[in-house]
Amino acid sequence: MDIVNQLQRQFIDHSTSLHREGIVDDQFTELQKLQDENSPDFVVEVVSLFFEDSEKLLNNMARALEQAQGVDFKQVDASVHQLKGSSSSIGAMRVKNACIAFRSFCEAQNREGCLRCLQKVTHEYSLLKNKLQSLFRLEQQILAAGGSIPVAK
Amino acid sequence: MECNCIEPQWPPDDLLMKYQYISDFFIALAYFSIPLELIYFVKKSSVFPYRWVLVQFGAFIVLCGATHLINLWTFTPHTRTVASVMTIAKVLTALVSCVTALMLVHIIPDLLSVKTRELFLKNKAAELDREMGLIRTQEETGRHVRMLTHEIRSTLDRHTILRTTLIELGRTLSLEECALWMPTRTGLELQLSYTLRQQNPVGYTVPIHHPVINQVFSTNHAVKISPNCPVARLRPAGKYLPGEVVAVRVPLLHLSNFHINDWPELSTKRYALMVLMLPSDSARQWHVHELELVEAVTDQVAVALSHAAILEESMRARNLLMEQNVALDLARREAETAIRARNDFLAVMNHEMRTPMHAIITLSSLLQETELTPEQRLMVETILKSSNLLATLINDVLDLSRLEDGSLQLDLGTFNIYTVFREVLKLIKPIASVKKLHVSLSLAPDLPEYAVGDEKRLMQTILNVVGNAVKFSKEGSITITAFVAKPETLRDSRAPEFLPVPSDNHFYLRVQVKDSGCGVSPQDIPNLFTKFAQNQSTATRNSGGSGLGLAISKRFVNLMEGHIWIESEGLGKGCTAIFIVKLGIPERVNEYKLPYMPKMPTNHGHTAFPGLKVLVMDENGVSRTVTKELLMHLGCDVTTVGSSDECLQLVSHEHKVVFMDINVPGTDSHRITSRIHEKFAKRNERPLIVTLIGNTDKLTKENCMRIGMDGLIVKPVSLDKMKSVLSDLLEHRVLFEGI
Repeated sequence: MDIVNQLQRQFIDHSTSLHREGIVDDQFTELQKLQDENSPDFVVEVVSLFFEDSEKLLNNMARALEQAQGVDFKQVDASVHQLKGSSSSIGAMRVKNACIAFRSFCEAQNREGCLRCLQKVTHEYSLLKNKLQSLFRLEQQILAAGGSIPVAK
Repeated sequence: MECNCIEPQWPPDDLLMKYQYISDFFIALAYFSIPLELIYFVKKSSVFPYRWVLVQFGAFIVLCGATHLINLWTFTPHTRTVASVMTIAKVLTALVSCVTALMLVHIIPDLLSVKTRELFLKNKAAELDREMGLIRTQEETGRHVRMLTHEIRSTLDRHTILRTTLIELGRTLSLEECALWMPTRTGLELQLSYTLRQQNPVGYTVPIHHPVINQVFSTNHAVKISPNCPVARLRPAGKYLPGEVVAVRVPLLHLSNFHINDWPELSTKRYALMVLMLPSDSARQWHVHELELVEAVTDQVAVALSHAAILEESMRARNLLMEQNVALDLARREAETAIRARNDFLAVMNHEMRTPMHAIITLSSLLQETELTPEQRLMVETILKSSNLLATLINDVLDLSRLEDGSLQLDLGTFNIYTVFREVLKLIKPIASVKKLHVSLSLAPDLPEYAVGDEKRLMQTILNVVGNAVKFSKEGSITITAFVAKPETLRDSRAPEFLPVPSDNHFYLRVQVKDSGCGVSPQDIPNLFTKFAQNQSTATRNSGGSGLGLAISKRFVNLMEGHIWIESEGLGKGCTAIFIVKLGIPERVNEYKLPYMPKMPTNHGHTAFPGLKVLVMDENGVSRTVTKELLMHLGCDVTTVGSSDECLQLVSHEHKVVFMDINVPGTDSHRITSRIHEKFAKRNERPLIVTLIGNTDKLTKENCMRIGMDGLIVKPVSLDKMKSVLSDLLEHRVLFEGI
């Protein structure tokens, strides 16, 4: 049981840090609330869906911004908008905020600014992905060890 | 022994010589004493400016004296020394006297001018004396005026003022006669009003347009007039010459001459005339200071008179107000008595009239149930109908009086609005179909199903209005529409006093009843709501009714904080009756029967909306998944679509709610909303359309309302929020989350 306790404590720490650093917000907590015996893997499913979507969107954005002859800012904006929607749905706060900043540069049609924002969004996204993946790993480990996932608050 | 020089020791004319000797001696004496005297007196006076001259004079005299003295020695033979001394003395004397003579040329004119100055100063002194005398006299006059003014101003009574003036003037100036002529009401004559000597002057009048009088009126100075002038003939002609007469105008200032902030303009036209007569047998004349005194006194009199006039005026006004006050008080008490009498009467009537009425109706209905011949049945039916009418009339009258007293209160309760309208329709349809009138009811989709208010009286009002529409239409159709009044339309230009205040737990119900009947002419419209006033056209005279219906309806509507009015384009053009009333929004009641929820066994965690079929449309996969999970968690049966076309394809009447997650409410949401509206014409079958949106402002909210959405939810939506939102939505069928 020590292992379980240890793992659980790690899980709690990790979860708290996620919230504290602003990587996720209350919406993520809401998602976790929706997970129950009828949909036990809801969070993982949604997050995986999010990762897939986001990677596609980020690639789109990168390609659009690399166009030497005339960047299609509308397309970029649409992708950013999608990403913003998705990230706010799962509670990825920092990604969402980065997207908001990104949108203003798109409106201003500022290529340099957009590139910088894209960098930032990508960075935030990677951070989020890492953190969430470690969180999920911990969950699996706890479940494998026979423990239960501690419910935050 | 004998010398040759002839030296008479004593001359032969001894006497003559002796006298010359003596005279010379005395001259010398005098000549020596004069300077001494001069020195003495000049030393005494310090002012004498010509000391140098005196010294010269003194020297001159001394030397003259010396000469004459030395002369004494020449009578007898004298030595050569004496002769030389004599010569020196004579020479000096000659010198000094010449110099003195020259000096005198300068001095004597000066001395003379001193004399002139002295004379001048004396004259000046005399003049000053005279002026002092004048000032003293003026001071005397001033004192008199002050004293007179004091006397005059010590009273506010007009008669006393004038009488005192005359008396005091008479005394101060020792007048024989003093009189005051006042202008008559017409302003064309002067009437002798007050005199000094005669106690009760006869009303002797003189026309005002006399050259002398005009002259006096044209200046504010006292004017000497002839004793033969009509105004001056105050005393019987005496033996002696009448004394001088002076007349002066007295301005009569009116209340209207005093403006608040400026002094009265002396453009007043009304003057009185004061005539003063000196004693006839004295040789006295009017002095300037006396005239000035008269003028000063006159001014004071004018002011005092105005004060008296103002006082009279205010006293009169005060008396008038007091009388009016008393009268009003009396009227009020009478009115109160009348009201109390009426109330007592009504209270009695209430009971006394209803009891027999009730008996008649009950027994007639019972009679109807028994075996009757057709004739009898007809008779009983008539009795019943008539007594019902009478009962209604009595109720109406009593209701109205209670309404007017303010003693009527609404019975508030939660009721179903749709039910009320259906009832009204049920009641009115038979009569309408007899008259071959088509009645249609149209209720807005956003009309809440339940409301808080006085159901009975609301129904009464609707029934009255609809009943009137039916009553006054011979053919055509009647349309009844009901909807929630929007805040912008609440302020009607026809009803400027109606100031509705929309609030969170109230809404305003607006009902319009349009008929194609005989209409109302514009000048009759204001009278429609007054009691017992009936439209006088022949068509309506047979329709019965007491004319109280609209008056009562108006009272009810007012009690419900609303407004009722009638619009008509004229006779024969039908009319529309419109009223707006304020109804409450009922509280959320959890155990309320939601009409669309079939009963299902409760499931842990899915207690909220079991089996509620909903459609979720969201282009974003992630958020679609989240929303779906959320709704499923609440027990809903969720179908998801990813585009508007799919949405329109799949939406059916089984879906109770359609959730649209739109990033920007644009043409898509508009299109979907209108298509859904089209697809489901009947209100009850259409799913509710709700949009989820990230952030919103008032404009967005209004847009959503405008394009026909039933609700708006702001993301992010938590589980609890979705739960409460869905319950609100299903209960009220509308939900626009406040900003």
